[in-house]
Amino acid sequence: MSKVRYSAFKVLKEALSGHKGWEPVWRDAEPKTEGYDVIIVGGGGHGLATAYYLAKNHGITNVAVLERGWIGSGNVGRNTTIIRSNYLLPGNEPFYELSMQLWENLEQDINYNAMVSQRGIMNLIHSDAQRDAFVRRANSMLFADAGAEYLNQDDIKDRYPFLDVKNARFPIKGALSQPRGGTVRHDAVAWGYARAASNLGVDIIQNCEVKGFNIDNGVCSGVKTTKGDIKAGRVAVCVAGSSGRVMAQAGIKLPIESHVLQAFVTEGLKPVMDNVITFGAGHFYCSQSDKGGLVFGGDIDAYNTYAQRGNLPVVEDVCSGGMAIMPMIGRARLLRSWGGIMDMSMDGSPFIDKTEINELYFNGGWCYGGFKATPASGYCYAHLLATGEYHEVASAFRLDRFRRGAMIDEKGVGPQPNLH
Amino acid sequence: MIINHPLLGPRDSEEFVYLGSTDLINRPDWESGTAAEDFHQYQYIRENVAGDNPELWYHEQGDQSWLVVTRNTLTHEIKSVELAADYARRMGRSK
Repeated sequence: MSKVRYSAFKVLKEALSGHKGWEPVWRDAEPKTEGYDVIIVGGGGHGLATAYYLAKNHGITNVAVLERGWIGSGNVGRNTTIIRSNYLLPGNEPFYELSMQLWENLEQDINYNAMVSQRGIMNLIHSDAQRDAFVRRANSMLFADAGAEYLNQDDIKDRYPFLDVKNARFPIKGALSQPRGGTVRHDAVAWGYARAASNLGVDIIQNCEVKGFNIDNGVCSGVKTTKGDIKAGRVAVCVAGSSGRVMAQAGIKLPIESHVLQAFVTEGLKPVMDNVITFGAGHFYCSQSDKGGLVFGGDIDAYNTYAQRGNLPVVEDVCSGGMAIMPMIGRARLLRSWGGIMDMSMDGSPFIDKTEINELYFNGGWCYGGFKATPASGYCYAHLLATGEYHEVASAFRLDRFRRGAMIDEKGVGPQPNLH
Repeated sequence: MIINHPLLGPRDSEEFVYLGSTDLINRPDWESGTAAEDFHQYQYIRENVAGDNPELWYHEQGDQSWLVVTRNTLTHEIKSVELAADYARRMGRSK
């Protein structure tokens, strides 16, 4: 087990002694024959965070994380790295604020440099009605201690001269800003949580695909995998993007459709934007990576798919959104684009819940808001797995909320997953 | 993606609006004793097929017909396209 503690002193010491003291970041494990207290299916950000908080907060260390490919190969490495807690609804906002607070202390907590950068996020306002809506959202954020500021057109013009504030069709009238928002190095989140969980005794088992669940009389007692059957006291599915396919093996249908979301990065540029900017009249969000590339994204492709690639019409749509607010982006060349599969839920909000099968738990439906939620998702899922109780900030994320009429629909577009 | 419209020939998928799987054709009977549960299943629960999926596309920027496009959700390959009315009749509905 790696006990190396990362610090500036350690880097200096290793630099002077030939870098011989480093160890693998996490321990690669094989399944234990006697099984585990908890098996987490899915070695992405949320699964690894769940394992870490199970061990750290609840002392449950006999835990395995099963990953079909390699850890962090799914959406935790495919997003646009934005963190924020600027939600409106009471079912959501306290949860995302908990996540923001966990981000703020993450690196000290797990002793791993995740490059958490609270550079601020700015949601542009293009009409008077939108200003009213965003001021209302700002008030909701203030209630949750998330912090929010209103910026007027002059503030924005001075700070970001490249923005087309006088655009004839989408004039920028102001912005809702959350100074605590920002970006995080996404792969480092997976690696950091993996290391911290592994150090507490969690087994991380890669190249181990779950092919089925062992269920008798409505109780789940383990999983069938490509490395054989593994026994477990509890099985926690955490595979957003593949939720439909995995849960179908337990005979459970979900209020989720799978859609592809594309992301893009330009060639490296000199520093031009020091925050995250989002377009309010279309769907476009952008930040600049530390390497200089403008990282941006927009809408999903809007039809069901499990293919991790999108089509060209959305590329055009996203880039035209960028051109509408920051025409300078037209001078930059697109370097790469990629896609990830989203669990699009029927109201745009996620699930952290028990299922109709005892000892089988479900976490998914993150739409395209999963990355920022990673710490709180793991924290609250671990709480549910360890105590059987819903964490107070995640108590609304229930699978039966549609039956009860208790949707958490931030956008108010109804049960049409491709519109959330 | 190119959708081979049965009446208009090959059309860009951008001319269409996607609704979802053809399960949405079978709206439950509102007078049934189990209507509340049936509508919950119909409205909110999805098969979310990985593979060939018959789905409803609306030709909004064209002749405004509803089509059933059978498309592989793993590869985006389109296997067949027909008018939704033809599909529904084949499934035993009157329209």
